[in-house]
Amino acid sequence: MLEIKNLHVKLEDEDKQILKGLNLTVETGKVHAIMGPNGSGKSTLSYVLSGRDGYEVTDGSATMDGFDLLEAETEERAAEGLFLAFQYPVEIPGVSNMTFLRTALNAQRKARGEDEMSATDFLKMVREKAKSLKIDADMLKRPVNMGFSGGEKKRNEILQMAVLEPKMCILDETDSGLDVDAMKLVSDGVNALRSEGRSFLVITHYQRLLDHIVPDVVHIMADGRIIKTGGPELALEVEKNGYADLLAEHA
Amino acid sequence: MGIARAQLKQLKQDALAQRQPVLSMPEGGEWISAARKDAAARLDGMGLPTRRDEYWKYTRPDALTSAEPVAASMDGAAHSPVFDGIEQLKIVFVDGVFNADASDDLALEGVEISRLADAAAADIHWAKDIYGVLETRGQTPVERPLATLNTAYANDGLVIRATGTAAKPIHVMYERTSETSDVILHHVVKVEEGASVTLLETGAAGARGNTVTEVSVADKAAFHHVRSQGRDHNRQLLTHMFAQLGEESTFKSFTLTPQGVMTRNECILELTGDDAIAHVAGALMADGKDVHQDDTIFITHDAVNCESRQVFKKVLSNGATGVFQGKILVKQGAQKTDGYQISQSLLLDEDSQFLAKPELEIYADDVACSHGSTSGAIDDDALYYLRARGVPKRKAQDLLVLAFLAEAVDEIEAEDLREAILTRIRIWLDLEDDL
Repeated sequence: MLEIKNLHVKLEDEDKQILKGLNLTVETGKVHAIMGPNGSGKSTLSYVLSGRDGYEVTDGSATMDGFDLLEAETEERAAEGLFLAFQYPVEIPGVSNMTFLRTALNAQRKARGEDEMSATDFLKMVREKAKSLKIDADMLKRPVNMGFSGGEKKRNEILQMAVLEPKMCILDETDSGLDVDAMKLVSDGVNALRSEGRSFLVITHYQRLLDHIVPDVVHIMADGRIIKTGGPELALEVEKNGYADLLAEHA
Repeated sequence: MGIARAQLKQLKQDALAQRQPVLSMPEGGEWISAARKDAAARLDGMGLPTRRDEYWKYTRPDALTSAEPVAASMDGAAHSPVFDGIEQLKIVFVDGVFNADASDDLALEGVEISRLADAAAADIHWAKDIYGVLETRGQTPVERPLATLNTAYANDGLVIRATGTAAKPIHVMYERTSETSDVILHHVVKVEEGASVTLLETGAAGARGNTVTEVSVADKAAFHHVRSQGRDHNRQLLTHMFAQLGEESTFKSFTLTPQGVMTRNECILELTGDDAIAHVAGALMADGKDVHQDDTIFITHDAVNCESRQVFKKVLSNGATGVFQGKILVKQGAQKTDGYQISQSLLLDEDSQFLAKPELEIYADDVACSHGSTSGAIDDDALYYLRARGVPKRKAQDLLVLAFLAEAVDEIEAEDLREAILTRIRIWLDLEDDL
């Protein structure tokens, strides 16, 4: 599904290399987790894959089922099935959540040459999906993320994921700012979306999210590279011993 | 450095000397002849604005003071059906001339409506207490000579008296068919105690338009005003709205201005009764270096416990210019005044400009007044967020523009009118299919 080869990325405005030859393959239907200390480049990876401004790819490639992600516009990547659940979901005053969702869905459908969804069908679909995430009608009417709590914002991200039905989902520190109950709700939402045709890349600091969203593969990232890959037990090792041993091993 | 007073006075007289010869005072009954003559005399003393005037620092008055209007091509002059879905009493002026065939019958429950031309023929009329009177009050502390010119030379308009709750909004539709029509219209609105009426306006009078609306809102009365100035890009337009508010009365005015080489909307409000509420709002969509739009607001608080609110939003792109001059004057004794003013521009490129002059002048000590003015670009984070969900860049930008303008549109009280305006903005942004 996702194939990243020798990816080198620097900041556009300064001479600072963030990703230094990252290699990663996420197979279709699998859940991969990336863990790593602050500043290892985890969030940069998610931004570069989704096409945020401010980064320059100096070498390497990233493809999704053969689709060249790095050459495409942000919105084209989304229409192709890439979804990034933001660490800090953006507030947009004046645009209702419902309008936002419907505009996004229909824009993606249009880009893929599919028919747009009618207002009635859309409303029915969103209400159903919102219900399982405990997102009420009022939250759907309110401007995007405005006045939402940390937990509500993250649930809203998962709702968007459920509505847009992407094939490659990246979760960027979705657990940050969540209490135990909210984490469970969000994780249940993600788990419900796990399927044979859909892959996940879960970026997190802590092992605890991975108790709820159990990964197939765990990668440890440091200084812009993947330094170790293993099974779920690798996350437990990090939880127990911290990153220091792994980093020392790698150095 | 200002120029010498004598020199400025001469420039103003020169401007008047250029404009006046092509004007002629209409025939009329005793009451209006007196008002017109009085205005002509005041005008003689004032002259007309020039670009050296402080009050016209950001907007050149030349196009408004030339003898003949600059020819305005008809591109975009077609009427846009903003309020078509609203139940209304429709009154049509074509190039400033009342069109009876296109207009509805002027009978409306709760309101008496007549043409100014008809009211002017009488020797005595209630409009005498308003026509030119509110305009005169609005001349201090800042002179507005083009409004005085209007009082002296307007030959038509509407005279509206609301005695109860108007059964439906009165919609004044301005159409133009000429590239050179030079239109001066003057409306008088009297909202009697406890009465309420809504005035809608669409279009832009003529190739060159100068309109004055004087509104007297009595105690416990309400006046609502929503207008869309159309996408008639080449017309030059100056509007003045003068209003006086009685106790516990409400005045709310909203204006949507899309495009236009020259638009200046002045709104001069005087709150003279306690507990009155005055809201003025505007949304501008300006794209292109020849677009120039100016909102000039002057609100005087002269009573206790009144609220005034100004909310102006301007989207400017490709070199367009937006101007906001807004003042709140709180007179001595106008305690418990709640005055709020915000003007914001969204600059879509570096060629466009927003010129703002927010002012507060306060002579009472127990008031809450605030003003703010901002200029900003599209929020990059919001743009990226929308695009990351698959919304193409252009559409994402338009959606954020709509969201920005919606905060001004929200000032419209009636939901159906608010929706009508939002729908029009969506259509102009090409978003209507999606939302």
